[in-house]
Amino acid sequence: MTQVTLTVNGKSVSRDVPDTMLLSEFLREELRLTGTHVGCDTSQCGACVVHLDGRAVKSCTALAVAHSGSAVTTIEGLASGKTLHPMQEAFNEHHGLQCGFCTTGMIMTGVDMVNRYKAAGKALTPEAIRKELEGNICRCTGYHNIVKAIEDAATRMDGMAQAAE
Amino acid sequence: MTVHKPRPHDAAPLHVAGAARYVDDIPLPANTLHLAFGLSTVARGRVVSMDLSAVRAAPGVALVLTWRDLPGHNDVSPYPLFREPMLAEDEVFYLGMPLFLVAADSHLAARKAARLAKVEYEELPALLTLDDAIAADARFEEGPRIYGRGDLAEGFGAATHIVEGSFEVGGQEHFYLEGMVAAALPQEGGDMIVHASSQHPTEIQHKVAEALHRSMNAVRVEVRRMGGGFGGKESQGNALACACAVVADRTGRSAKMRYDRDDDMMITGKRHDFRIVYRAGCDAEGRITAVEFTQYCRCGWSPDLSLPVADRAMLHADNAYFIPNIRITSHRMITHTQSNTAFRGFGGPQGMVGIERVLDHLAHAVGRDPVEVRRLNYYAAPAGADPATPQPGAAHRFGGAHSPKDWLPQPQTTPYGQEVEDFLLHEMTEALLTSSDYAARRAAIAEWNAANPLLKRGIAFSPVKFGISFTLTHLNQAGALVHVYQDGSIHLNHGGTEMGQGLFQKVAQVAADRFGVPLETVKITATDTAKVPNTSATAASSGTDLNGMAVKAACDEIRDRLARFVAERQQADAATVRFADGRVHVGTESFPFAEVIRDAWMARVSLSSTGFYATPKIVWDRIRGQGRPFYYFAYGAAVTEVVIDTLTGENRILRADILHDCGASLNPALDIGQIEGGYVQGAGWLTTEELVWDQSGRLRTHAPSTYKIPACSDRPPVFNVALWEAANREDTIYRSKAVGEPPLMLGISALLALSDAVAACGDGSVYPALDAPATAERVLWAVRRVRGGA
Ligand code: FES
Ligand code: FES
Repeated sequence: MTQVTLTVNGKSVSRDVPDTMLLSEFLREELRLTGTHVGCDTSQCGACVVHLDGRAVKSCTALAVAHSGSAVTTIEGLASGKTLHPMQEAFNEHHGLQCGFCTTGMIMTGVDMVNRYKAAGKALTPEAIRKELEGNICRCTGYHNIVKAIEDAATRMDGMAQAAE
Repeated sequence: MTVHKPRPHDAAPLHVAGAARYVDDIPLPANTLHLAFGLSTVARGRVVSMDLSAVRAAPGVALVLTWRDLPGHNDVSPYPLFREPMLAEDEVFYLGMPLFLVAADSHLAARKAARLAKVEYEELPALLTLDDAIAADARFEEGPRIYGRGDLAEGFGAATHIVEGSFEVGGQEHFYLEGMVAAALPQEGGDMIVHASSQHPTEIQHKVAEALHRSMNAVRVEVRRMGGGFGGKESQGNALACACAVVADRTGRSAKMRYDRDDDMMITGKRHDFRIVYRAGCDAEGRITAVEFTQYCRCGWSPDLSLPVADRAMLHADNAYFIPNIRITSHRMITHTQSNTAFRGFGGPQGMVGIERVLDHLAHAVGRDPVEVRRLNYYAAPAGADPATPQPGAAHRFGGAHSPKDWLPQPQTTPYGQEVEDFLLHEMTEALLTSSDYAARRAAIAEWNAANPLLKRGIAFSPVKFGISFTLTHLNQAGALVHVYQDGSIHLNHGGTEMGQGLFQKVAQVAADRFGVPLETVKITATDTAKVPNTSATAASSGTDLNGMAVKAACDEIRDRLARFVAERQQADAATVRFADGRVHVGTESFPFAEVIRDAWMARVSLSSTGFYATPKIVWDRIRGQGRPFYYFAYGAAVTEVVIDTLTGENRILRADILHDCGASLNPALDIGQIEGGYVQGAGWLTTEELVWDQSGRLRTHAPSTYKIPACSDRPPVFNVALWEAANREDTIYRSKAVGEPPLMLGISALLALSDAVAACGDGSVYPALDAPATAERVLWAVRRVRGGA
């Protein structure tokens, strides 16, 4: 057992957990933040993506203890109060989901992608979105509306402060 | 009106916030046990000894069970005539078969402990491939099923071209993004509540009751949603639910089981792979005179749902074509591998890709554009259709018993005797070929190919005609339960399950429309065997057709009571009472819906009703292969363009154009989503998704690292999807059509387009005969073959 201290969605949390505990388990089991899903258990489907110190990571292959001291944002921490994040709004409005199991990971990946492209001053084209989503599998939608949602959210996020997280 | 509108998925706001709850997210008591199966490591053998002491001693382990410890039936089969043990009884039939059950205080502890068993087997010869099974004549049912009509000898005698071939069609892993999961909570008096990620709550209830040796009324199963199902959660979830219930019953603690993804892929069945041997003849223009199919269907070790799957493959061996002389022979072969199961299309796709291959091969033999040969062989358009519409097939056929007797166009019949009454594909094909600019692009591609030695493009069209209804006729029934509370809010329940397809939203749209209230007034609730009993699986695309009608019946019952109440009070005729705009209209007056409800409650009017629906018109004899198995057909058509690299076989889909028939769509947004997702899944099945077993029977592609599911970059960059909006001629719910499965088969056009690109590599004399999935390797080999190199 090792003590892990993380800032999760803006709140500091501390738990004694086994060294083998995955970040995804820490979030789901210890903190009951079940919006982070586990699809493949092996770092390939992207259902478990969260932001670790502002970067998208697959929480099913990160050990909680290895990241003690870091800041984590999960899907539950993306909205500000009752106001959805523009990426969440866009997925809702563009029918960017069916079963919804990939959705939270897609949204977290989408936000990270838009932030990175904006920071680098690069245009996030539909082709770029398609490439960037390589690590996120959706078995239901055929991706069409997911790409549309991210494209639209990128525009909506123009006005947002970069340092939102 | 709340129907025929593009409403978003009802749970979308929850999904985007991460607040939609799946089974694994349900809070359970702190002392919940987590389960894992110990799996067989050989494909076939007798268990000589099984030492579980290390498993029992592993940290966190509370309980280890073998089949001898089970209190009730050790049977999770959906097929009543075959026992499929949840835990192997001294003999194993596939590598990955559950042998024992571990319950521990965490998911990881259970999985780790499950690896510590020392099992000795006496290995027995295993049948792993179709060739093995055919050589051993290992099959389900006493012999092959044979459907057909006409006279093959006469048909082949009349042919000017005859083609033959053998076509391998691979299986497919479902890869529902949420893996298999179930949880059981013990109740007083031995009752059990089960939460399952399942398309078939009633079967879970039935199997859990048997496993506990109790009656069905002791078990309640709830399914709020699945993270995808695709048929994979029709029968394969039984084992998890039974395991949880047995442990919960024995320990008094709640129990949860979630297959790790690797376990999921090792344990559960997949889409059936097929070998389709064909011989087909046509006249000089390409008009089919005879087709003979032999379908070898690989079932795996147990029948599961294989027999109806294989039946449906036979029933789609005609697809959209009138074939005067045809014989379909279907062998259901046994191998010692995972038991293949339902997968979106349920055998239909395999049957359909077989005949599409034949059409393609015949077109090559005749030397015509495959689209022209397809249209030439289409079923006749229905009587009364626009006379300007060409009606090939109706005018000229052989003088046999199946030719129209007089000049009036009679509906043609399928090989199994069902009349094709609403054949829409003539018009749909014309519209799609125009909108996709097929002819011009085909010419442009030929020019491009002539100028490009390394990359070659291909384009293909394929149609879909898919039969809607369960072929087991008694399954075509559904129930619903509707309550209106005294504040005017509505509680809606039915037997269908939600797996992302938007069923709940469509059915809520129906309820809101019946009462003329906004959609928000209707609360959609989890599928629950205690509310609606004896349901069928949400499968065969029939979820909305069946449950929508049952909900309508329940709503209309309450509506009639309200109408009588209001009419009596206002001294009006009940028939004139209308429900619209959130109000109840009678004569020149109208009252808010909620006010009428409160008044009706005060006047002691019952505000709750069940509803029931049974699909009319269907009769089917599966042994003779005759009747009307389907209430109606759903249609679709696709044009796909691809490019291949002739040096590596690598390939890309460049563009797809789709026109699909959903009748009068209840919700165009949800339907288009099903079409896009179905196409990509179907194209994945036939191109990149390859299942590989090694010589020991071990599935080598048991994770997405080795099993290639279409990623975002694989979907066509140009993707045009449109609905063919025409009301269903049958009296379905608001004249809509089912949409779950049919679009998957639009992906067949991707395989045909690859074949077209391969054909462009040679001089055109060799038919590419591309097997599926058309992986890069297979494309490369086919390129060599048409160039005469292999
Ligand atoms: S669960 Fe982490 S990538 Fe799939
Ligand atoms: S919506 Fe089901 S996996 Fe993406």
